[in-house]
Amino acid sequence: MSAFLTDYLPILVFLGIAAAMGIGFMLLPWLVAPKDPDKEKVSAYECGFNAFEDARMKFDIRFYLVSILFIIFDLEIAFLFPYALALDDVGIFGYWSLMTFLGVLTVGLVYEWRKGALEWE
Amino acid sequence: MGLTAIAFYALAAVAVGAALAVISARNPVHSVLFLILTFFSTAGLFVLLGAEFLAMLLVVVYVGAVAVLFLFVVMMLDVNFAELKQGFLSYMPLGALIGLALLAELVLVTSATHGQGHSALAPPVEGTNALAIGRVLYTDYLVLFQLSGLVLFVAMIGAVVLTLRKRTGVKRQSVSRQVGRTRKQAVELKDVKSGQGLS
Amino acid sequence: MADLIAQYGPVWGFWLGVGQILAIMVMLLLTLAFILLFDRKVWAAVQMRKGPNVVGPFGLFQSFADFIKFVVKEIVIPAGANKTVFILAPLLTFTLAFAAWAVVPIAPGWVISDINVGILYLFAISSLGVYGIIMGGWASNSKYPFLGSLRSAAQMVSYEVSIGFVIITVLLLVGSLNLTTIVDNQKAGVWAWHAFAWPTVFIMFPMFVIFFISALAETNRPPFDLPEAESELVAGYQVEYSSTPYLLFMIGEYLNIVLMCAMISILFLGGWHLPWGPVEQPFLGFLVLYAKIWLVFFMFAMVKAIVPRYRYDQLMRLGWKIFLPTTLVAVAVLAGYVAYNGRPVIGG
Repeated sequence: MSAFLTDYLPILVFLGIAAAMGIGFMLLPWLVAPKDPDKEKVSAYECGFNAFEDARMKFDIRFYLVSILFIIFDLEIAFLFPYALALDDVGIFGYWSLMTFLGVLTVGLVYEWRKGALEWE
Repeated sequence: MGLTAIAFYALAAVAVGAALAVISARNPVHSVLFLILTFFSTAGLFVLLGAEFLAMLLVVVYVGAVAVLFLFVVMMLDVNFAELKQGFLSYMPLGALIGLALLAELVLVTSATHGQGHSALAPPVEGTNALAIGRVLYTDYLVLFQLSGLVLFVAMIGAVVLTLRKRTGVKRQSVSRQVGRTRKQAVELKDVKSGQGLS
Repeated sequence: MADLIAQYGPVWGFWLGVGQILAIMVMLLLTLAFILLFDRKVWAAVQMRKGPNVVGPFGLFQSFADFIKFVVKEIVIPAGANKTVFILAPLLTFTLAFAAWAVVPIAPGWVISDINVGILYLFAISSLGVYGIIMGGWASNSKYPFLGSLRSAAQMVSYEVSIGFVIITVLLLVGSLNLTTIVDNQKAGVWAWHAFAWPTVFIMFPMFVIFFISALAETNRPPFDLPEAESELVAGYQVEYSSTPYLLFMIGEYLNIVLMCAMISILFLGGWHLPWGPVEQPFLGFLVLYAKIWLVFFMFAMVKAIVPRYRYDQLMRLGWKIFLPTTLVAVAVLAGYVAYNGRPVIGG
C-alpha cells in the first residue's frame, strides 16, 4: 500500500479505538448501576410539570437562513484554501481573480445585511 | 494492493447500501443519517484515489453544511413519510429514464479512458493535491471560478427573497443607537425645592 | 504509524502504532481529568472561594470521583425518545472529539497521522461537531433540549465561518496545510510566532483574538453558553441525559476545548517552539506545547469566570455582523500584501 494511504490508516484505527472506548463507557452502568425505570423518571423534563404538548415546535425560518448562509460562506472558505497554498504560482492575476470572487459574495453579504436577514439571529 | 482493494470494495458497498437506505428508510431522520454515511464513504473513496483535498472538502461542505441543513429541515417539519411515498411507483418510468442516461454517461467515460480510470486522464502531479488545484483554478479556469461565485451569489439572494418575513412588533436592540447616546439624551437635571417632590 | 510499519514490518508496526494511539488517549483523558478540576478552581478563585478540595489533596482526585459517580448512576432513556439516535449522539460527540487528535502534532516527530491536509481535517472535524448536539436534542423528544440544540447548532455554525477565515489568514503566511509545517514556520522565536510576527502583526494579532473568541463560541463556552446555561435552558440539549451518556457528552465537549487550545497554540503561539528559539527534542517540545495548552485554557477559564453571558441575538450579531466582515477584510488585505510582497520570511 502506498505511503500516502498508510497515513490514513491510523485515523481509522484511532476512530475505532475511540468508538470502542465510548461503547465501553456506555455499557459500564449496565453492569453496575440500577435499572429501575418508572413513569416519573422517563417523562420529559418540564420544570416539574407534565409536558404540555408535543415536542415538535413550529418551524422557525431563521435556522434555515443561517444554515444556507453557512453553506455559502463555507464554500467561499473552501475556494480560498487552494489559493493560500498556490499563492506564489498564480501571482497578481490570481489575486485579483480571487478578489472578484470575494467581491461578488461581499455584495451578497451587504444585500443580506440591508435586508435584515442577519437580524436577531 | 490487497488492502486497497478490500478498502475499495468495503467503501463502495457501504456507499451503495447507504444510498439505497436513504430512499427506503421509513423515518426521514434515519434517511438523512444514511445520506451522511453515503457522503463519508464517498470521501473515503476519494482518499483511495489520492484526492485527499477533495475528500476533506466533501466532508466539510456536504456533511458539515448541507446535511446539517437537511437535518434542520427534516427535524423541524413533521414530515409524514408514509403518505409522501404513496405516489412513488408513478414516477418509476421517469426515474428509470434518468438512470439510463446516467449509466450511458458512465459507460462513455469508462470507454474513453479504456477502463484505466483516473491515471489515464490526469497528468502526474508534483506537490500536494490542493496546491495543484490552486495552480490552475484562479488562472486557467477563471471563468468557471467566477461562475461558481455567481451561483453562490444567486443562492444567497434566492434564500433571502424566498424566506425572509418581517415580524412586526418585535423590539430590537440597536447597538449603534445605544452607544451613540449623548449625555443630553440620557440625563435631565431638575431643580427640586426642599420639602417638595419631583411632582 | 506509517514509518513504524516501514521500520518494523506490518504486524509489529501496526501494534506499535496502536500503542502510540492508546498512549495519546490516556494522556488526553488524564489531561481532561485535571483540566476539569482546574476550570472549577480558577472559577472559584476569581469568586474568592476554594474550589473542590475534599477528594484527595487539594481536590486533585475530584474528576475520578466524578467518573465513578457517573458510572454507578442509572441510565434513564426518556419515554418516546428515539433510542438509536439517543444513544448514538453522545457516542458520536465522544468519537469525533478523539478523532481530531489523530492529526495534531504534539511534539516534533510525534504525530499519529501526518497527513498533508491536517488543518483541513481539523476544520472538517469541528464542522461535524454539530451533529452530536442536533441528534442529542432531537432524540430526547422534549421541547427544551430540542430548542437548545437548534440554537447551539446555529451558534456553532455561525462561528465556524470566522474560524475558517482566520485559518485562511494563517495559511496565507505558511503555504501548507500540514500542521507540522505550520508549527515549524514559527521556530525562530517569539517574534516569529504568527500572532506577533512583524509586519503582519497588525492583522494577525486581531485574528488571534478573533480565533480565541470564536473558539469560545464554537465549544459553547461561557460567555456564549446560553443554550446550555443553568438558569436558561438548564443543560440545553443534554438535559435528558444521565450517567455515562452525559459523561460522554461532557468528555467530548472538554476534549473539543482542549483541541481548540491546542489549535490556538499551534496556529498562533509557535506550537512546541520556545519563545527564544526552536526545539528539536520531542520530550521538551511536548512539554512546551502542553504548557501553552494549559496557558490558553487558563485564559478560557478566566473568561468564563469574568465575562457576563451574551444574549442569543447579541451572540449571532457578533458572529455574522462583526467577525465575518472583519475576517473577510483581513483575508483580502493579507492576501494582497502577500501577493504583492511575497510570503514574509520570519527567520524560518
